[in-house]
Amino acid sequence: MSEDILSLSALQLDALREIGNVGAGNSATALSQIIDRKIDMTVPQVAIMPLGDVPDVVGGPDAMVVGVFLRVYGLAPSSILFLLPRESAFYLVDMLMGREQGSTTTLSSMDESALMEIGNILAGAYLNALSHFTNLTLLPSIPALAIDMAGAILSVVLIQLGQMGDHALVIETEFTTDNDGVKGHFFLIPDPGSLSTILTAIGVKE
Amino acid sequence: MSELIKVGMADYKVGRYPANLISYGLGSCVGIALYDPFTKIGGLAHIMLPDSTQARSAENPAKFADTALPLMLSDMLKLGASKNRITAKIAGGSQMFTFANATDIMRVGERNSEAVRSMLKKIDIKIIADDTGGNYGRTVELKLENGIYKVKTIDKGEKEL
Repeated sequence: MSEDILSLSALQLDALREIGNVGAGNSATALSQIIDRKIDMTVPQVAIMPLGDVPDVVGGPDAMVVGVFLRVYGLAPSSILFLLPRESAFYLVDMLMGREQGSTTTLSSMDESALMEIGNILAGAYLNALSHFTNLTLLPSIPALAIDMAGAILSVVLIQLGQMGDHALVIETEFTTDNDGVKGHFFLIPDPGSLSTILTAIGVKE
Repeated sequence: MSELIKVGMADYKVGRYPANLISYGLGSCVGIALYDPFTKIGGLAHIMLPDSTQARSAENPAKFADTALPLMLSDMLKLGASKNRITAKIAGGSQMFTFANATDIMRVGERNSEAVRSMLKKIDIKIIADDTGGNYGRTVELKLENGIYKVKTIDKGEKEL
């Protein structure tokens, strides 16, 4: 079997979910402080799914989203993607820039920088927790941003996983603000090989 | 209403008029449309990677340019298409994110397009339209009535190849 992710035990999946939980909790706190709103987050999903199904998590391959992408360097190289439906991104920019809600309809380069910085902060908070847990040094790259179809943006990481198998291990959390409908998905997608490093580091490698 | 056949990532489908074939949200992947105008039989492949021989897992042949295209062609021939009438149109292969130190991983779109071109040459099918590269996503639809290959984008408009 070339795909070891298909044979993960319940204990291993639980451990990954717990890591996701702490990481996302850190990120949610950071985001909440920046925009001064209460942030709700879902219990992270640890899902193993066919590569082609991953875009469905965010509304299908042609859903229009804003994606902030970071590579994670260190002993467990991974990819981080923060995906927001376009309207949510506009809304978030309004909050960050102190504009009236609904006034952003296209993103200026300043707005894009603001969103990249959010991605940066979320990733930093998340990786902090992950580093703590695993004792592995994990450093984020500078962020890159794209506004496009979810399938196209996700293809960047899915293609890489496709070299090793037909499934992706996705640790995903959904953030929502209290009642103004900002919604975002945070993905951590370990590179092939990194998963086993992480499992070893947290002591649940068989 | 004609049937709209969806082609997922790392998959291919063949069909005949009055059906149409569509694949959503191509980024670095490449969408290859093959079409026989006489029988109105066509195929659409959504490949993710250039080369099955360089991958650790090659269980799904539809994922790779070098294995998907011969299979799709042979499925079209089984439906009754004739090889000497079949031509190709290709789209996709973009680079969605730009980093200063772009590694091979980031350049996969370009490598996918090159692999598709060389594989089509190898199986002796002519490319009559090519819309690859850039840094944006595409949704592609092959109209089996006339072989028009419709490429939709978010910011760069829509074109018919």
